Amino acid sequence: MAKLTFKTDNCKGCGLCVDACPKKLLRLAQDKINKKGHHPAEITDPEQCVGCASCAMMCPDCIIKVER
Amino acid sequence: MADKVLMKGNEAIAEAAIIAGCRHYFGYPITPQTEVAAYMAKKMPKIGGCFLQAESEIAAINMVYGVSSAGKRVMTSSSSPGISLKGEGLSYLAGSDLPALVVNVQRGGPGLGGIQPSQSDYFQATRGGGHGDYHMIVLAPASVQEMAELTVKGFDLADKYRMTSMILADGTMGQMMEPVSLDFDIKPEPEKPWATTGTKLEREHNIVNSLSLVPEELETLNMKRYERYKEVEKNETMYEEYMVDDADIIIAAFGIAARVSKNAVNEARKQGIKAGLIRPITLWPFPKAPFEKAVEHAKAFISVELSMGQMIEDVKLATSCKVPVTLCNRVGGMIPDPEQVLKSIIEVNNGGVE
Amino acid sequence: MVVFDKPHALIDVPLHYCPGCTHGIIHRLVAEVIDELGIEGKTIGIAPVGCSVMAYNYFNCDMIEAAHGRAPAVATGVKRADPENHIVFTYQGDGDLASIGMAETVHAAARNENITVIFINNAIYGMTGGQMAPTSLPGQVTQTSPYGRDTKHCGFPIKVCEMLSELEGPEYLERVTVNSVKNIRTAKKAIKKAFQNQIDGKGFSLIEVISSCPTNWGMTPQAALKWIDDKMIPYYPLGVYKDRSAEKEAE
Repeated sequence: MAKLTFKTDNCKGCGLCVDACPKKLLRLAQDKINKKGHHPAEITDPEQCVGCASCAMMCPDCIIKVER
Repeated sequence: MADKVLMKGNEAIAEAAIIAGCRHYFGYPITPQTEVAAYMAKKMPKIGGCFLQAESEIAAINMVYGVSSAGKRVMTSSSSPGISLKGEGLSYLAGSDLPALVVNVQRGGPGLGGIQPSQSDYFQATRGGGHGDYHMIVLAPASVQEMAELTVKGFDLADKYRMTSMILADGTMGQMMEPVSLDFDIKPEPEKPWATTGTKLEREHNIVNSLSLVPEELETLNMKRYERYKEVEKNETMYEEYMVDDADIIIAAFGIAARVSKNAVNEARKQGIKAGLIRPITLWPFPKAPFEKAVEHAKAFISVELSMGQMIEDVKLATSCKVPVTLCNRVGGMIPDPEQVLKSIIEVNNGGVE
Repeated sequence: MVVFDKPHALIDVPLHYCPGCTHGIIHRLVAEVIDELGIEGKTIGIAPVGCSVMAYNYFNCDMIEAAHGRAPAVATGVKRADPENHIVFTYQGDGDLASIGMAETVHAAARNENITVIFINNAIYGMTGGQMAPTSLPGQVTQTSPYGRDTKHCGFPIKVCEMLSELEGPEYLERVTVNSVKNIRTAKKAIKKAFQNQIDGKGFSLIEVISSCPTNWGMTPQAALKWIDDKMIPYYPLGVYKDRSAEKEAE
């Protein structure tokens, strides 16, 4: 099992991580707003994450830490 | 007394720079200063230095910006049209508080102008040369010996105040040959903890930068820079006085114009006219003190220039226009001869010229 | 075990770039390479004028802000100041490198100056609000080509890698993009090679990174990445344009 940690307040809600996830486990949280006023990225089903780091690699703001 | 060698002014600048520890020179060929580059091209590879002919004056001044950022002594040289191209870089050097030595062996302008001597870049040099509020230390040699001495001095002042020093010479100074003593007292270069030489992972990263987007911060930066300029004005102003103490008619002249004027002063004295000469050696900071003193006894001042009258404005400011200041000039590459200056002295003494 | 985190050479501060702008990805790749090669302590970066003007706030190594287009000349100075101990890179956009600074670019390449150039080509001037760049595509609508870039009126885009590849000087030229995970991996490899070449004393390496500008292209970040595939890459094909060491080995 892998673990993703988001620096939520630095997220700009661009959604590039959402598209990058091969298992479609990410979304922009429509019910949350961060300090910058964006809907931040979050993982919907952490159990399913294999830690491939595709999301982190696509993130222009380097907010995702991946552990395995 | 140290041995003297016979050198061209331009070569004296180059050799003095090497003696001062400069190991990086970047330039682009332009008459009448190319001897500086040629000398460096020959010498630098033999002493582990770097001479590089840049693709333009713009590139050359930015290479200077790079070496200076890395904390080393560096110089470039050019002549009037080339200095205009360097104007952008001069502004950035000032905005980033980087030391550098820039030589301008002036020629006639505007535009491509001519290749003969001129002093018509006085405004450009003393008012900064590029955009924004800033100054350079402007040094005006009047002999080959001074070409060398002021080069060494220029590096010291540049490092001390983190400013550009400019040697403002002219074609005559660059080309003339005179005996020179190259025995200088070389001071150790100051530490440059601000330089971008790599953090070695031992300190926070250094940033060399002239961008400041917060108006309050940019204002403070400018104010602080001008406090430093005040120190330069207080400590570093240089001039020569010649028979000024009792003089009625006082000439203001620098560089080649001062040499010509000295002859005219001697001749005037022979004819019973109390003439004198104030020769600014630093054009910025302008030596106001000797003018403020002299205006108390002088009847008139004459600004002798190879321009349409540029330094005359500083003479008028320094004398608060208390007595008449007239211009005696030649331009376009022409040099006033002692007879013309003497004629001007006689006319002014007779009250003939306003 | 941490398998992915912000590299040390990238300072832990929020970037000022627009949402979805790929500048951030390229910054990170450069920083990762600096980390992996263990050169942060001897690296000096030169920031341009343009969107990445404040790159000096993001890299942990020593940084210099250059005048518009002059980064290769400044880099030349920094490198020549201490060739043995300085690793020098410039980070420049298309206006900076291919318009106002073209002379500095071409001559640094011709001299085979031992520096690394990261060239961001997003076919537009971002910072000033979306004007035509030297690399804007024919027909591309920008603020200063509101009816589309008319090549009869203002000429054709400049293909930097192709142009420089005609010079004998440069060591390495490659065009990459960062619009997918796969392409990001290739881009990183190229950037690493460009730095390694400098360490090995091989000379001038330029990596052109086709980048997106969602804000000024007027599209979502996702659509912008697709636009790279659909419009940019057909005009600016990816690949290695010059690799002198490989050519020599092949001979």
